[in-house]
Amino acid sequence: MKKILIVDDEPNIVMSLEYIFKKEDFQVYIARDGAEAIEIVENSIPDIILLDIMMPNVDGYQVLNYLKNSETLNKIKVIFLSAKNKASDIELGLQLGADKYISKPFAIKNLVKEVKELLNKK
Amino acid sequence: MSSFLVIAVILVYLAVIFYVAYWAEKNSKSRWVNNPYIYTLSLAVYCTAWTYYGSVGLAATSGLKFLTIYLGPIIIIPTWVILMRKIIRISKGNKISTLADFISLRYGNDRFLGALVTLVCVLAIVPYISLQLKAISETFNVITNHHISAISILDDTTFYIAILLAIFAAFFGTQHTDASERHKGIITAIALESVIKLVFFLVIGFYVTFYLFNGPTDIYNQASVLPNFKTQQTIDGLNGGFNWFLLSLLSMIAIMLLPRQFQVTVIENEREKYLQKVIWLFPLYLLLFNVFVIFIAWGGNIIFQNQQVDADLFTLLLPLNNNNEFLALLVFLGGFSAAISMVVISSLALATMLSNNLIIPYGFLKRFSKSESEENTESIKNIRRISIFLLIIIAYFFYKSFTLDRPLVSIGLISFVVIAQLAPSFFGGLFWRRGSSKAAKYGIIIGFLITVYTLLIPLIIDSQSIVTTFVDEGLFGISILKPYELFGLQLFEPVTHAFFWSLLFNAIIYSLVSVNKLGSYRERNFAEMFVDSTKYAALQEGAYVWKGEAYVRDIRKVLTRFLGENRTERALNLFYMKYDIDKKTQVADARLVNFSEKLLTGSIGSASARILIASVVKEEEISLAEVLNILDETQKAKESNIELKERDKQKDEFLDTVAHELKTPITSIRALSEILLADDEIDNPTKKKFLTSIVSESERVSRLINNILDLEKLATGKEKLDLNEHSIKNTILKSIDPFRQLAINKGIKMNLNEINDVEVVYDEDRIQQVIVNLLSNAFKFSNEESGEVKISTYVNQNKVEISVEDNGKGIENDELIAIFNKFYQSKNQTLLKPIGSGLGLAISKQIIESHNGKIWAENRSSQGARLTFTLPLNRP
Repeated sequence: MKKILIVDDEPNIVMSLEYIFKKEDFQVYIARDGAEAIEIVENSIPDIILLDIMMPNVDGYQVLNYLKNSETLNKIKVIFLSAKNKASDIELGLQLGADKYISKPFAIKNLVKEVKELLNKK
Repeated sequence: MSSFLVIAVILVYLAVIFYVAYWAEKNSKSRWVNNPYIYTLSLAVYCTAWTYYGSVGLAATSGLKFLTIYLGPIIIIPTWVILMRKIIRISKGNKISTLADFISLRYGNDRFLGALVTLVCVLAIVPYISLQLKAISETFNVITNHHISAISILDDTTFYIAILLAIFAAFFGTQHTDASERHKGIITAIALESVIKLVFFLVIGFYVTFYLFNGPTDIYNQASVLPNFKTQQTIDGLNGGFNWFLLSLLSMIAIMLLPRQFQVTVIENEREKYLQKVIWLFPLYLLLFNVFVIFIAWGGNIIFQNQQVDADLFTLLLPLNNNNEFLALLVFLGGFSAAISMVVISSLALATMLSNNLIIPYGFLKRFSKSESEENTESIKNIRRISIFLLIIIAYFFYKSFTLDRPLVSIGLISFVVIAQLAPSFFGGLFWRRGSSKAAKYGIIIGFLITVYTLLIPLIIDSQSIVTTFVDEGLFGISILKPYELFGLQLFEPVTHAFFWSLLFNAIIYSLVSVNKLGSYRERNFAEMFVDSTKYAALQEGAYVWKGEAYVRDIRKVLTRFLGENRTERALNLFYMKYDIDKKTQVADARLVNFSEKLLTGSIGSASARILIASVVKEEEISLAEVLNILDETQKAKESNIELKERDKQKDEFLDTVAHELKTPITSIRALSEILLADDEIDNPTKKKFLTSIVSESERVSRLINNILDLEKLATGKEKLDLNEHSIKNTILKSIDPFRQLAINKGIKMNLNEINDVEVVYDEDRIQQVIVNLLSNAFKFSNEESGEVKISTYVNQNKVEISVEDNGKGIENDELIAIFNKFYQSKNQTLLKPIGSGLGLAISKQIIESHNGKIWAENRSSQGARLTFTLPLNRP
């Protein structure tokens, strides 16, 4: 069973994502800000992270940075999920090392498809 | 030495100088021509034959006083980075080509003032040019062993040299019709001459000090036993101190206002940053030049102690006396180059002044405005060429007909004093808005007359051996009118005495007249542009205020007459591009009028340019107040443009945030709806939960939109406040109502004990909105276990303060101000996201400010935060 970590401070977004990925047979972890996300990642390494950018305290960029600086964690796939959708934002996100950048609001089927494709890629 | 040899050397030397000028003019883009060193060296045209021979003469007879002539410049030059930059900027910006143009433009293109300045300069400088010719002639006689000057002009070598110099100046000085263009050929040649005169002077200095004597100590030891030595080498008490001070001041003025210095420093400046090199390199040059002066002087005094020898000629006589003819020839060439560079630059500067400020505006304007452009440019150049010849020839005859047997220094200093009369109107005009043209004219005239009375008349009486009691007993025998001791002042030597009185009266009259009589609006316009040059430089043509009727067609006609079809077309195209004006525009505005005046200024001077343009436009009188107003508005328009850009940027950022805030609920709505749509197996409780979320997220979107619109209305003042008198207590109680149930549910205690009542004028709905906002914040952040919210009012003299307090964690100090920003979310929130839009406090702030109140946040000393707003009491 693949493990997915959902990081977002919007409870309703988290709720929808949790439902859909449980249905797709993922083991779902939830974090409501960056600090929580890092705690979870350290304890149970997920296969993929859906990461919001604008969150209180520790933001998405910081989480990604943390992952990329760690030898054990830098292989985890990361998809940024953000309402920031200017070309410069997207470019920055990818440069920092995210595997995908999906802007909000997203089509949920499409998101599931992207997650599966990313996990099948070696 | 044989005359033929010397003449041959002079001719070869002149040929080299001509060639260098020619080469520089051809290669005017070359690095060798355009660099700060050439510029600095060209400033050394300050060191004339007077420096070469006269300094030594002065040092031999009066000791260290010669230093004052260089002390002044060395003191003032470091300020040039600011002062001279200002002058250069103004001159470049207005295409100024001479000192006379500068002063006349500052006082509103005053034609008479320009002519007056020109006359003063000509009167001061022509004798000075004569002096240089005299130096050439005398030293020529010394080196060729002629003891009598040639009687007939045609036998006089100096005459031919003068003609050659006139040809040189006329040829290289009039390459461009626009006199504000740089004369690279001449300047490069002058720079070369500056090197030559310094090197040769150092050589002779070295020769005297270390070859004729055994170094400085030896000379000092021998010189110190000569009679008069002690008194010569001191400042000479208080009187001497005053003389030193005034002479330094005089030379400070001279280094900036001598026409040749203005020419090389301002007009010929290629880049402002060259000044950074000048401020140390030029003082260094002057210091080097003066190192050996005192030793040569002492050496001369020792060697020629019992002979009747002109101390001015020590530099030349010392090597000759020692039979070193080669060295004497070098000295002669050094002095020769010092003299000719002064003659060339001075005559060029004066000729431009004469043509642009005297001859053209008073004699040729009518003719010019009738003929074709080709003829006009040729005529302008010819007027300048003829002026150069005339000046040099007049100077030659001046030297021939008056026995200029005064020492070199004193005649040079007289020129300085006459030129110094321009200082009050020049510097006053640069820093004082009130300085007016009438004041400038009176000041210069009075100052000049005093100089004539206290210096020139006695000098003429003295040199022509006229028998009169004028000098000794004063005019009509009145002793306080003694020219050398005016009003009984005995402190000074003649030159400093004349300088003191003339400049004092000049400055006083300039200030008094300026204060008592306002200048015209036009003057004040230029006064603003000169005094506040940095502010108005950015506005360029926009800094000029003009009202009236003018047509592009007429202005174009005038321009074509002086610049030709092509240049006019090019210039106008540039102008249209710069201001983004349609080429077909028929009516000219102030900017075009000013632009055209500037274009013509370079060719025919500012006064004529003004007259010509004025002849084709109908100008309306404007009051001074209007000029200042318009200037102010133009300036503000420029500033508000920058503000506008800043506001645009803020608006962009605001829109970004709004988009982000709207997308978040929409993301939830979409995701949840898509699941509901696609998933048929979904159980009922989950379905209900999803639908509830969709509804609440939709509400969030509407709330957000309402708040944004609200904020926008308040910020732009589109919504009028419904102002009426209300009881503040009632309003507070009304606002509390919806919270009572919530308080019971959450177990939060509400403290309402300190609410005092007062009648205040406000918009009740809006103030209620503020109180609700503050209360919901307080409820959100109050202590979770034993929450307490307190609302209180405090009435004082002129305002009522309403505070809402909670007993939660309080606000981080660095957030106390930021929480009122749009969409600011506290870092300290609980993990569950609050329902607010992030705009509540921003809206509250906007509401309170439109009531002329204040709102702020602070932490309570015990626990929690306090948010307070005030409303002004408008008690009768």
